[in-house]
Amino acid sequence: MNRISHCFQALRRAGRKALIPYITAGDPHPDQTVPLLHALVHAGADIIELGVPFSDPMADGPIIQKACERALSQGMSLRGVLELVREFRRTNADTPLVLMGYLNPIESMGFDAFAAGAREAGVDGVLTVDLPAEEASELAELLVAADIDPIFLLAPTSSIERIRRTVELARGYLYYVSLKGVTGSAALNVVEVEEKLAMIRTCTGLPLGVGFGIKDPPTAAAIAQIADAVVVGSAIVSRIAEWADDPERMRQEAGNLVSAMRQAMPVDSV
Amino acid sequence: MHSPVNFSQFPDQAGHFGRYGGRFVAETLMEALHELNEAWQDCRNDPDFLAELDTDLARYVGRPTPIYYAERWSRQLGGAQIYLKREDLNHTGAHKINNTVGQGLLAKRMGKTRLIAETGAGQHGVASATIAARLGMECVVYMGAEDIQRQAINVYRMRLLGATVQPVTSGSRTLKDALNEALRDWVANVDNTFYMIGTVAGPHPYPLMVREFQAVIGREAREQMLADHGCLPDALVACVGGGSNAIGLFHPFLNDSEVAIYGVEAAGSGIDTGRHAATLCAGRSGVLHGNRTYLLSDENGQITETHSVSAGLDYPGVGPEHAWLKDIGRAQYVAVTDAEALRAFHDLTRIEGIIPALESSHALAYVTQLAPALRPDQRIVVNLSGRGDKDIYTVAALDGIQL
Repeated sequence: MNRISHCFQALRRAGRKALIPYITAGDPHPDQTVPLLHALVHAGADIIELGVPFSDPMADGPIIQKACERALSQGMSLRGVLELVREFRRTNADTPLVLMGYLNPIESMGFDAFAAGAREAGVDGVLTVDLPAEEASELAELLVAADIDPIFLLAPTSSIERIRRTVELARGYLYYVSLKGVTGSAALNVVEVEEKLAMIRTCTGLPLGVGFGIKDPPTAAAIAQIADAVVVGSAIVSRIAEWADDPERMRQEAGNLVSAMRQAMPVDSV
Repeated sequence: MHSPVNFSQFPDQAGHFGRYGGRFVAETLMEALHELNEAWQDCRNDPDFLAELDTDLARYVGRPTPIYYAERWSRQLGGAQIYLKREDLNHTGAHKINNTVGQGLLAKRMGKTRLIAETGAGQHGVASATIAARLGMECVVYMGAEDIQRQAINVYRMRLLGATVQPVTSGSRTLKDALNEALRDWVANVDNTFYMIGTVAGPHPYPLMVREFQAVIGREAREQMLADHGCLPDALVACVGGGSNAIGLFHPFLNDSEVAIYGVEAAGSGIDTGRHAATLCAGRSGVLHGNRTYLLSDENGQITETHSVSAGLDYPGVGPEHAWLKDIGRAQYVAVTDAEALRAFHDLTRIEGIIPALESSHALAYVTQLAPALRPDQRIVVNLSGRGDKDIYTVAALDGIQL
């Protein structure tokens, strides 16, 4: 059993939902990433999504676009991200790490080399934003063979046929995009999300995470009532941007948001 | 003549040309692409839709465009006879309108009320704003902040036509970033919004749909050459940025294996300088903007910045069908520099009295190499994809003249 399923099983036993913060690797500087990961774990992160910066992040809003630009200007690359994961694993053997990014850097490295490198570094899941199920079987099979979970997105617009097709390839958990838009967009509608999650649950037993538009502890708490995991990205990344010149304060601010969400999320909610 | 591949059978159902094409977008767009594909498949076989399209192309765009025999220029070059397919004579001055007329009708059929588009040089933006005005739809054109500086006239034309020109300041602030931004808009406003992609790139069905709207160029050229000369041309030449004018000319000839096909990319300052946009000549396979194709990227898979004197060719990707045609050898792709294109720009203007777009000047520049290598009884059709009025400020500045 890999770290992701292990994590969800432990949470289920404890009657808790997963909190999954996102940061972009190398933002604001590659030296800051591993200390930030440790700070997020300390603040209550159950799983971390580590963004692989890309020059053309077309599904992301301005906050994560800027994070990608900052990271790339510091020389961050997919190889560099794997190096950071390796470094993190020297002092943390338990917290699942999911790489989130776009296909071209992976394609450029080569699917085989990537799957082998990610496994060796200690990656647990890979979410490739611009790789829908129709095009994903080759990479997904290589990842599964390397004991890495291919994580997939589902959206408010996903039809039941598309959901069925996606869950066939998905492992670990599913990431439900709570609204029509890019990352960091406006408000989400909890009732609509709940209805769609119910539809998805008729197709799969995988844990369901919800992200896009979760900015504050009350929203995190509301989503924790209906989903298995709460994903928070832009809200954390904007704090990192704000305190980029003061690494200690940056870790503190990012950690504070995570722990406030953690505390707001109910225990034993069903 | 036997051709081993039947080109009319590509792409496959999922939009693949060999290993290229496909749909590489976030899940949030998959349903919109599905809906678009359904609507398009209905329309492409609907006699009413096609009749309305033909009427618009004839009465609004001004088709068919003539084939013009460039007699003086042919004589000077001393080789094959050169024929220009005059897409510069279309309404709005370039081939781009063939596509926006078609996508506009489709948007209307789908009940959409808002059009969005990306633009580099501004030609597709103008063609989109034109159709939006005619259909009474809201129009937002995404344009890189860098390109807005370079193409002030087209920006003003779009605004005159009632469009909102939205500057894009992310990334390299050029066409590729405008495309990213348009995709983000589409994700958020998918219910009422139709995204008009201006070239044969993007996720399926765009490369197929745009090709079919542009193939009117090649269908006409084929008929015109057969009517005038009783035989097909020996070679076709067109410039390739994203590749829509080129695929429009090439596609109806792909099964005619005796017709040689040349796509001409922008070598900018020279391929060896790194300042160019010659994706097929110097790039490699990758995934961007919804399709697998040739790209200009670094060793880490990050998309690199391009350079060309012609804003319309300044794009780090290329339509997936071109990538496939290159790999199977049905078309040859070459590149000419800024300097060579400028020389051809001046030559055609002085010798034939036609001011070509800088994009089209790349195709003309290659003709100056190709024609002398062929016999005088052979014929070349070159796509004069647009007129050069929009470029006179750029050319004047390069010649050190202030207008």
